[in-house]
Amino acid sequence: MLIKVSVKNLYKSFGDLKILKGISLDVTEGEVVGIIGPSGSGKSTFLRCLNLLEQPDSGEVFIDKNELKKDKNIDKLRRNIGMVFQQFNLFPHITVKKNIMLAPVDLKIMSKEEAESKAYELLKRVGLADKADSYPKQLSGGQQQRVAIARALAMNPGVMLFDEPTSALDPEMVVEVLEVIKELALSSMTIIIVTHEMRFARDVANRILFMDGGRIIEEGSPDSIFQNPKEERTKKFLSFVNFDD
Amino acid sequence: MNIIKVLNEAFPFLLKGFGITMQTTFIALIIAIFLGLLSCLAHLSCIKIFSFLSDVYVWIIRGTPLIVQVFYIYFAIPQLIQHFGINFRISVFTASIITLGLNAGAYISEIFRGGVLAVDVGQTEAARSLGFSKWRSLIRVVLPQAIRISIPSLVNQFIISLKDTSIVSVISLGEIIYEAKIYIGRTMESFSTWTVVAIFYLIIVTILTQISMVAERNYNRVNKSQC
Repeated sequence: MLIKVSVKNLYKSFGDLKILKGISLDVTEGEVVGIIGPSGSGKSTFLRCLNLLEQPDSGEVFIDKNELKKDKNIDKLRRNIGMVFQQFNLFPHITVKKNIMLAPVDLKIMSKEEAESKAYELLKRVGLADKADSYPKQLSGGQQQRVAIARALAMNPGVMLFDEPTSALDPEMVVEVLEVIKELALSSMTIIIVTHEMRFARDVANRILFMDGGRIIEEGSPDSIFQNPKEERTKKFLSFVNFDD
Repeated sequence: MNIIKVLNEAFPFLLKGFGITMQTTFIALIIAIFLGLLSCLAHLSCIKIFSFLSDVYVWIIRGTPLIVQVFYIYFAIPQLIQHFGINFRISVFTASIITLGLNAGAYISEIFRGGVLAVDVGQTEAARSLGFSKWRSLIRVVLPQAIRISIPSLVNQFIISLKDTSIVSVISLGEIIYEAKIYIGRTMESFSTWTVVAIFYLIIVTILTQISMVAERNYNRVNKSQC
């Protein structure tokens, strides 16, 4: 199986605070990896190290066997890594359609016409074909996040990173965003998602990582993690999660 | 005290003077916007010498009065150059627009810098994660938003610069204050003349304020619900 993302011995601290204490991970093509764990465990920092939005102190990150280095054509490699943020981070000064077209056109990957038809195709895919000419602020949170996913997909990335994509949404809107991610997972996109939606992680991920204190405490299939956690820390964390509804 | 007489007699002088005021301000502001943007980008750049130069520029301009700056450009610097045996002269008009341009440029640099700081860091992160370089994300994503945020302060600076142009009457630029003083020297019509001068300024500042309100309303159409 083709290794899509490979992380070796990642360390990161902010000042004296050690956030990541040696994280290694291999993700194969088409795999969906869910990262769970308490707040402050380093999940988001780890994810942000995967496209060097945070620069790790030591360790290596490979995407498709290319090592990510800050000055070594990082901009080019990032095109292949889609990222979706908790706060959506859509560009508020341009329309939804232009949000999606901006990167492919400006980075000269597509012509304007190609990018436009790609934008409509993606908007249709996330169920927002009628919102092409709206501005981000005119949309609900859930709609904005779906546009953000479409924007990331416009670059035809090989990997998608989701950093708590539903944490800023109210419960009604969580579902519509998760549906889109689920559809993406079924289309054999390689996905790494940091989430607090345990049911979603259980249903969609192929593999779950449980992180705490900057380390991967336990990893395995959703069944093994959620039904038979081995580590005490995992058991304690999951004891607060309720799956019966 | 005869305002009708002043209007009849002095209006052509004052209008001509005000034309020079407007023209000087306009050219100075074009220079200032360019300088301000350049200085703001230099400040934000990772190259230390650029950000240092930008900081020194802002420091000097903000730290000295405009009247000193205009004397410096018109008298001090030409004398310094002539001291080296070079025959150098600068016209009143050139000195005026350079001084006003440099002056407003420093403030506009700070206005733009404030605008850039007000744009959420998530915007840069989103752009970078799509593959934009630092430079491209600044140009394509951050600056368009920063400039929009800066519009109210920018118009405020335009108004200040328009009124600051009166200062360059000290080097005899034939703008409205200069023309007014000459007229008063001849006729002693102080009250009427200064009233007309004040009205000239008020009219233009009011027009500028209205334009800025329309511009703001257009840019913030989406935010209108906040009223």
